[in-house]
Amino acid sequence: MSNRYRNFSILFSAVLLAMGVAASAVQADDDRDEGRGDGYGRKYGGENRGKPVQPARLNAKWQQECSSCHIAYAPGLLPAESWRKVMAGLDKHFGTDASLTAQESKEITDWLVSNASNRWSAPTSPLKITDGAWFKRKHDGHEISPSVWKKPQVKSPANCGACHTQAESGDFSERNIRMPR
Amino acid sequence: MSRILSSSCLALAVFGLAAQPVLAETQEQIRASIESSARSAPGFQGLSATRGGQFFKSTHGNDWSCASCHTDNPAAVGKHAKTGKPIQPLAPSANAERFTDPAKVNKWFKRNCNDVLGRVCTPQEQGDVLAYLLTIRK
Repeated sequence: MSNRYRNFSILFSAVLLAMGVAASAVQADDDRDEGRGDGYGRKYGGENRGKPVQPARLNAKWQQECSSCHIAYAPGLLPAESWRKVMAGLDKHFGTDASLTAQESKEITDWLVSNASNRWSAPTSPLKITDGAWFKRKHDGHEISPSVWKKPQVKSPANCGACHTQAESGDFSERNIRMPR
Repeated sequence: MSRILSSSCLALAVFGLAAQPVLAETQEQIRASIESSARSAPGFQGLSATRGGQFFKSTHGNDWSCASCHTDNPAAVGKHAKTGKPIQPLAPSANAERFTDPAKVNKWFKRNCNDVLGRVCTPQEQGDVLAYLLTIRK
């Protein structure tokens, strides 16, 4: 092996190593709640939203039907079993009748189930996104002052778009949060 | 040559028409269809915009009226009573898409009558409400 080649491979390894360290730093930040008081020893007790939250392929029927009254919540926010339950109870959907035809319901349920959270390992299946451990931890009193929830622009924790400006496209990143004043 | 061309254009045009989804109906067709269902019920009194307007604004002994979300002015943008999401105007004069898709009309009458009255609306009630909405000017 020539000297030049060896130098290159050392440099290459160093670059790879640096990339690895940077990646695990991001990971570490993302995983800082690992093992917090739960029986499962997984992040948020296994009640964790999927990644990425919005699938690459969207379903037109889902988009149309599920955004009539609220934003079309990304399927990765809940596990498959939650979506089955939500879709089976649309005639009494959080206080309103949101029933669909059997055909529409099947198409949307199939799509939601196949794009549900891929990191939800707990045997739980809440009906509300706001009932999951991931949601609660990210929106607790340390993160958000209780007064924010009372603002008329917020109205309800289901109103993601009040603070997450890109919620509709499944982007909940911190740089796109604007708390209403 | 031009004959072949024009006949293939015709074929394309026919195929294009056939490939269209369910054809949208006019508001008058939908009104007439609801009226004809209403007529078959005993005691049919004709459709009344006045009665439709009262129905629209009444809470029918429950929490909500149609106006809770669609506001007292159906030509205005409304707001979902639970989520706050804007609702485009309901009056056809302000929103030409309204009452042009029978499946959508049925879907929303079913849902909203259930929410407001706790039951389905009769064809008479639906027809009165549509007659009222058709009288609204922007």
